[in-house]
Amino acid sequence: MLGLEGQDIRQSNFGWSPVYVDSNLGVLSIGFMLPDPDEAVIWRGPRKKGLIKNFLKEVYWNELDFLVVDSPPGTSDEHISIVQCLGATGMDGAIIVTTPQQVSLIDVRKEINFCKKVGVKVLGVVENMSGLSQPVMDFKFVRMTETGEHIDVSEWVREYFKEKAPELQDLIACSEVFDSSSGGAEKMCREMGVPFLGKVPLDPQICKAAEEGRSCFIDQKCGVGAPALKIIIEKLIENNEFSRVLLNNAYAS
Amino acid sequence: MADGDIPEDANEHCPGTQSESAGKSDACEGCPNQEACATAPKGPDPDLVVIAERMANVKHKILVLSGKGGVGKSTFSAQLSFALAAMNLQIGLLDIDICGPSIPKMLGLEGQEIHQSNLGWSPVYVDDNLGVMSIGFMLPDPDEAVIWRGPRKNGLIKNFLKEVYWNELDFLVVDAPPGTSDEHISIVQCLGATGIDGAIIVTTPQQVSLIDVRKEINFCKKVGVKVLGVVENMSGLCQPLMDFKFMRTTETGEHIDVSERVREYLKEKAPELQNLIACSEVFDSSSGGAEKMCREMEVPFLGKVPLDPQLCKAAEEGRSCFIDKKCQVSAPALKIIIEKMIENNGFSSMLVDSA
Repeated sequence: MLGLEGQDIRQSNFGWSPVYVDSNLGVLSIGFMLPDPDEAVIWRGPRKKGLIKNFLKEVYWNELDFLVVDSPPGTSDEHISIVQCLGATGMDGAIIVTTPQQVSLIDVRKEINFCKKVGVKVLGVVENMSGLSQPVMDFKFVRMTETGEHIDVSEWVREYFKEKAPELQDLIACSEVFDSSSGGAEKMCREMGVPFLGKVPLDPQICKAAEEGRSCFIDQKCGVGAPALKIIIEKLIENNEFSRVLLNNAYAS
Repeated sequence: MADGDIPEDANEHCPGTQSESAGKSDACEGCPNQEACATAPKGPDPDLVVIAERMANVKHKILVLSGKGGVGKSTFSAQLSFALAAMNLQIGLLDIDICGPSIPKMLGLEGQEIHQSNLGWSPVYVDDNLGVMSIGFMLPDPDEAVIWRGPRKNGLIKNFLKEVYWNELDFLVVDAPPGTSDEHISIVQCLGATGIDGAIIVTTPQQVSLIDVRKEINFCKKVGVKVLGVVENMSGLCQPLMDFKFMRTTETGEHIDVSERVREYLKEKAPELQNLIACSEVFDSSSGGAEKMCREMEVPFLGKVPLDPQLCKAAEEGRSCFIDKKCQVSAPALKIIIEKMIENNGFSSMLVDSA
């Protein structure tokens, strides 16, 4: 997702070097250590714990304003290990990502309670895949026959719009996809007393950016997803007074 | 064999904790585990004998795996179980996702408890022929996180297999958490001896998901579990055009809801557009998606299930998607996939027997 596939970790006398995207964005992952990316890593808990500890002991990050730790889903070995190892040095908190479905929210409540139990502040919850928003003209249009078959009528529909209803052409069509009539993550956050950072819609362009290892903020392609993410990240910075870090950096440069 | 046999702090050339020479070989000198290995009992694990007895009347076992979380694995396991039960087969559904047990909700069994009989732990029954077991039934508070390391999770999985009285089953469907770790190693080690028919792997179309499916396929190959096939879930969104909301973007970047107006317009000026279905790919599959990956990895591709808001609803409400006509896009797709799986693996004869 950072466009670093196939890269290796180098060692210096300071320790393991992160793999750099830019001079100010370094990445470390077991992904860089696998000779064959298709090879399954079939490790039990203790061995995973050992690697996480090694990452924390051996990697030379130099000076960082932020260390972002991406963990797997759940509340098991990796999560216990990272909290035990990093806790003493101070963790600002955790952001929890979910989708709107009730089954996802059930597990988010567990994550929130995990954080409470181990003393990690919940910086907030992000509701991802929060509906699909896409320009109407980017859809395919299908007619279903009596026999249940699907016939692609996209060309015809586009011609039709162009001729008879040009003003409909630049509409955005939205579908909720995952039912959030029970209130979604926002309501759950109110109930659990944690901040709700915002919603990110399903944006095919964000998926593309992720696949291609690009930032979604650089060009205008992620028209729906990028603004949503931006609002969320700014809210996170504001809520936790990280703004001072930005100001310091602005003066420093 | 999986690396779980060699402890993290073992000496180089460790023979493995289960080996006959464990704790006794030259390589073991000075290893912190030496005494434990030397004194631990060797030979067949007695628990496996108990498990074999429990599984004696279980005809077929299917694991449902995924590389990533959130791809719809549990939804698939639940609907697969509903579908098989509807064929008059005896079905057991075992949920071994300890941290995030979704199965009770998806079968409409939230809040239920496990009862014990002299025969063992009773599964919770949806219908006479569909029984379910999950840690979800054992949590006093559903919001309470289960913060267990691997060994404790392994212990519970073993207990499920030793203690649960399934009676006779045509199929035991095992819903696993995402990944290739403790739970997966344990279920293969414990059930492997009694025969696992194979694994179905659920994915979404994105490349990042497919990377992890390749790992799952290689896990299966490594531990000797046949891959029954791969299901590509969330494979595009198809929804009646009239079910969408319509927004106009202003110059200032705001979105205004114009749905009402659009519906009126279509009703008056373009009624023939009203019963169209609009489809979006959502997750780019221009690199070929799961189907191409299956050809490359030489495993069966079972089919695609589109993102269907009605399927999500059915999952939330713990219903089978096959009973009514609501899941008009996803239910037919799931049906084709399940029938293909049955056909490919010679399970059809069982259906004839049951009928």
